[in-house]
Amino acid sequence: MKTFYGTALPNPLMLGTAQYPSPAILEQAFRQSGAGVATVSLRREAGAGQTFWQMIRDLNVLVLPNTAGCHTVKEAVTTAHMAREVFDTKWIKLELIGHTDSLQPDVFQLVEAARILTEDGFEVFPYTTDDLIVGERLLSAGCQVLMPWGAPIGSGRGLNNEYALRAMRSEFPDVPLVIDAGIGLPSHAAHAMELGFDAVLLNTAVARAGDPAVMAKAMMQAIAAGQLAHQADPIEARDMAEPSTPVIGKAFLS
Amino acid sequence: MTVWSIIGAGVAGLAVASELVSRGAKVRVFDPGGHPGPHGCSWWAGGMLAPWCEYENAEEPVLRLGQTAIDWWAKRTQIHRRGTLVVANQRDLPDLRRFARRTDGFSEIDGKEISCLEPELHNFGRGLYFDAEAHLDPRQALLDLARQLQEDGVVFHKKRAPAQLDSAIDCRGLHARDHLTDLRGVKGEMLVIRCPDVTLTRPVRLLHPRMPLYIVPRGDGVYMLGATMVESEDSSRITARSMLELLSAAYALNPAFGEAEILEIGVDLRPAFPDNLPRIRRLGRTIFANGLYRHGYLLAPALAMGVADLALNNIHSEMVDEDRT
Repeated sequence: MKTFYGTALPNPLMLGTAQYPSPAILEQAFRQSGAGVATVSLRREAGAGQTFWQMIRDLNVLVLPNTAGCHTVKEAVTTAHMAREVFDTKWIKLELIGHTDSLQPDVFQLVEAARILTEDGFEVFPYTTDDLIVGERLLSAGCQVLMPWGAPIGSGRGLNNEYALRAMRSEFPDVPLVIDAGIGLPSHAAHAMELGFDAVLLNTAVARAGDPAVMAKAMMQAIAAGQLAHQADPIEARDMAEPSTPVIGKAFLS
Repeated sequence: MTVWSIIGAGVAGLAVASELVSRGAKVRVFDPGGHPGPHGCSWWAGGMLAPWCEYENAEEPVLRLGQTAIDWWAKRTQIHRRGTLVVANQRDLPDLRRFARRTDGFSEIDGKEISCLEPELHNFGRGLYFDAEAHLDPRQALLDLARQLQEDGVVFHKKRAPAQLDSAIDCRGLHARDHLTDLRGVKGEMLVIRCPDVTLTRPVRLLHPRMPLYIVPRGDGVYMLGATMVESEDSSRITARSMLELLSAAYALNPAFGEAEILEIGVDLRPAFPDNLPRIRRLGRTIFANGLYRHGYLLAPALAMGVADLALNNIHSEMVDEDRT
């Protein structure tokens, strides 16, 4: 099993901590999902959100702070440093937004920030597109994990470009790859795992579901199913039926 | 006869005092800030009595207990029974459908019906109308409660409550953290604007992916624009982003809001327990009533009734925590 900067995840689900109706429901969602990692935004909660941060620490899962809401390299680097202090971790999910409506990553700034942060000793989890060349540049910048989007953040559209994601998987067979963003349904998460991705990161699909804890459990089960299916080497799709029992040589009774 | 000492003259304290007095009890009020004013977070509230809208993102007690609020307040201050209008920009229509699925008490209306209700909202093709909801002016409501209490002989002490009180009811909001360790602050930011060019007669909510944005008419062209929800306990100032989002919401409702004057910027912390529901908790000889979160005016009446039930009749209503020592 691949590790994330040397850490094996107990469960390949990374769950966000934003937008839940209450901290109590957030906690239930984590308990139901068994998520191995909690992502947390520092920028939106900037200031003295000590109580909330303590609640995140009390979840007893690995914390992956993020730079959500940052639009420039400078903002992202500053936020990463703050995250390292608050959560005492080298991990940082690097998110650099390039477009207000699609929240699409600005991949040019992303590569630059990834290089700066890696040189600073951070272990960077870059939120990127499914572009192979950007992926290569991020790896050259020192990243050892890539997190391509399935679809725009919060859109719930699933895997928009399966072809590109398959290409990414086969181009980087040894790099831990996480589908980050765009998941709306458990079937989307299962799909990602069936393609051989190593983990799924999601937030809105659980936090904004009518019953976040139940949706968290559904995601966990789907991810486990998708992971098992990938390990089991699924059959290829075909155009014609393939009978599961032989038809030639059967006794005809007419 | 027992004299109940209410500590804190925000919406929780005054509602508790008013409920106790209405049941014949004797009370006095302690608050170093004196009468209601900007030192309390309920001064900065929206004043929407909107249990059905709030239920979209809250637990069931908010819907059920919140429905008692409208009649409770109507006996004590002026309320406006004009319903709530919920609209969304074209691109956010999935959010409007989601909102509709999560609650009830509304009718779905089209652009023409929206314009019938609010002639100056013409950018919206679909909306939800919650006709049983109401709103009030929160500052007027606090002042009315304080005035009525004084008329009933309640004394307001402009100082801290003495330490060892018998029969104390602590309604200090976030200040009660010294005893309520599971209480946290949730930052809220709001604006008061004046824009006589636009007439809206009821609260309008504009759906937004991250926060419930709303505008509440206060009369004479004055509007309250609220409110952000940030898991932060820094109440020192508003951020540029929050102000942009609040003003953009007003502008999206009607571009004439671009000419509005900004009268006030409010920033404060809402006291909240982990499930964002209020609690009544007895610790030693003090009853704590706290955690109204974003539902100060909506749930203060139910909280006050629960406190009165416990204090006067030892009835444990659903808001009462297990007694802790």
